[in-house]
Amino acid sequence: MKLTNLGYLIKEGIRGIFLHGFMSLAAVVVTVACLLIVGSFSCLVYNVNVMVEDLNKTNEVLAFVDDSLTDAEARSIGTVINQIPNVHKAEFVHRDKAWESFVEDHGNDPAFDGVDPKTTIRHRFVVTLEDNELMKETAAQLESITGIDKVNAAYEIARGFSTIKNVLHIASVAVIGVLLVVSLLIISNTVKLAMYDRKDEIAIMKMVGATNGFIRLPFVVEGFVLGMVGAMIAFFLEWAMYNALVEKLTVVDTLHLFSFVPFTQPELMQTMVATFVAAGLFVGVVGSWTSIRKFMDV
Amino acid sequence: MIAFSDVTKSYSVGTHALRGVSMQIEDGEFAFLVGPSGSGKSTIIKLITGELKPTSGTVHVNGYSLERIRRREIPYLRRTVGVVFQDFRLIDTKSVYDNVAFAMRAIGAREREIRERVPYILELVGLENKSRRHPTELSGGEQQRLAIARALVNNPSTIIADEPTGNLDPARSLEIMSLLQEINNLGTTMLVVTHERDLVERFGKRVIAIDEGLVVHDGTDGYYRL
Ligand SMILES: Nc1ncnc2c1ncn2[C@@H]1O[C@H](COP(=O)(O)OP(=O)(O)OP(=O)(O)O)[C@@H](O)[C@H]1O
Ligand SMILES: [Mg+2]
Repeated sequence: MKLTNLGYLIKEGIRGIFLHGFMSLAAVVVTVACLLIVGSFSCLVYNVNVMVEDLNKTNEVLAFVDDSLTDAEARSIGTVINQIPNVHKAEFVHRDKAWESFVEDHGNDPAFDGVDPKTTIRHRFVVTLEDNELMKETAAQLESITGIDKVNAAYEIARGFSTIKNVLHIASVAVIGVLLVVSLLIISNTVKLAMYDRKDEIAIMKMVGATNGFIRLPFVVEGFVLGMVGAMIAFFLEWAMYNALVEKLTVVDTLHLFSFVPFTQPELMQTMVATFVAAGLFVGVVGSWTSIRKFMDV
Repeated sequence: MIAFSDVTKSYSVGTHALRGVSMQIEDGEFAFLVGPSGSGKSTIIKLITGELKPTSGTVHVNGYSLERIRRREIPYLRRTVGVVFQDFRLIDTKSVYDNVAFAMRAIGAREREIRERVPYILELVGLENKSRRHPTELSGGEQQRLAIARALVNNPSTIIADEPTGNLDPARSLEIMSLLQEINNLGTTMLVVTHERDLVERFGKRVIAIDEGLVVHDGTDGYYRL
């Protein structure tokens, strides 16, 4: 195909959009609606993910040091701990420091009157992990280090968090999948209508020896433009809606229970742009491509 | 060149449209294809354009073997064969000029080539003064000329006309036939399907007559009987 024809093909595709003004409008509106739901869902999942991740970070493992070790010996274990691959950070906490915070938390409790910190409280390392799903394995490794007496780790909580994440993941994939299929069908139908409208032209093109690709391209362009226009409108609407919602919620959320990632935060922004562009492209191009196949026989 | 060798064609449920057709039309030849309704004429045309595949036998058209042509080769075969239909199949929303240009655009011609070629072809068929009109503003004969112009514009080596004069009065029919003969004189192979015995006899060209899916007469004396 020569490059000079590309202009003609693209022009034909765009002409088609205006020729089928109402259907095109309907297709764009439905695409926008579907993508908005997909987008909102992605935003929600993204935020919940970030919150879960943050909470999970606070799920630390405590490694208690053998009483018989001197302060210096106890501290030196830190380097050994840090050699474990899954360890993100190991912070040494002196027994006096640990006692202080214990007193802070339970100071008024008469049950602890007369307790000697020297014999009750041990030096410890507060260990945060790279991946909490491997908490059990890492705790075992920590336990096997000489000089470490006992390890406290909340596997159940870690497992709970990873379950939440997995469920969210599956649910979002399912919802997004269904919505994409809906938009796909709608665009596909629009393009099918456009093709039906021009079936005589298509028949003539085939008769004079136009290749299938050449016949198809204007319709794919039409689907592509519809999909992209839908994606763009949905993206900016999503942005506005997201900001409005976050603003409302922040006012209500005086306890700071939620922390929202701003829409313009690079990672979220990139995810959203990628989602919308990919969805628009997918819906537009695949939608038109599949609808054309029926018309291409003979 | 078009060559049929012992071609049969059966449609799905036992309709034997062709029952062993053999014939050969050389480059530059002019031939009439005649026969009663349902005898298999349109089936022959569809076999030539690759719209149908033969049930058995071989069909060669301008270097392509239709019985084993690949799908993606069919467009290129069709560029060598221009087809004119009885019902014209023009695009009413496009002007005369654009109807012809459309056929060139469909195969990726450049705009500059189109601007040169379309007026030349319109002049050849006598529509040079009506290029801005739409098909609905043309007479039947003019519409047929337009259909011929479109079939001709991509410079095919062969033109096939299926009942090109079916809708026209005798005088217009004669004009169209003369035009087809003129085009043939310029070197294009011409196969014309018709019912009009008067016209066939008048032109004195080769006549291939088929009946019930078989060739029953093939001669160059412009005469046939069924
Ligand atoms: N798509 C089809 N399915 C089944 N049978 C068909 C089909 N097309 C044609 N036929 C049959 O094949 C035979 C030949 O048909 P064809 O169209 O080739 O005839 P024809 O010579 O062109 O007739 P006419 O002069 O009326 O156009 C007829 O009996 C017809 O009924
Ligand atoms: Mg017929």
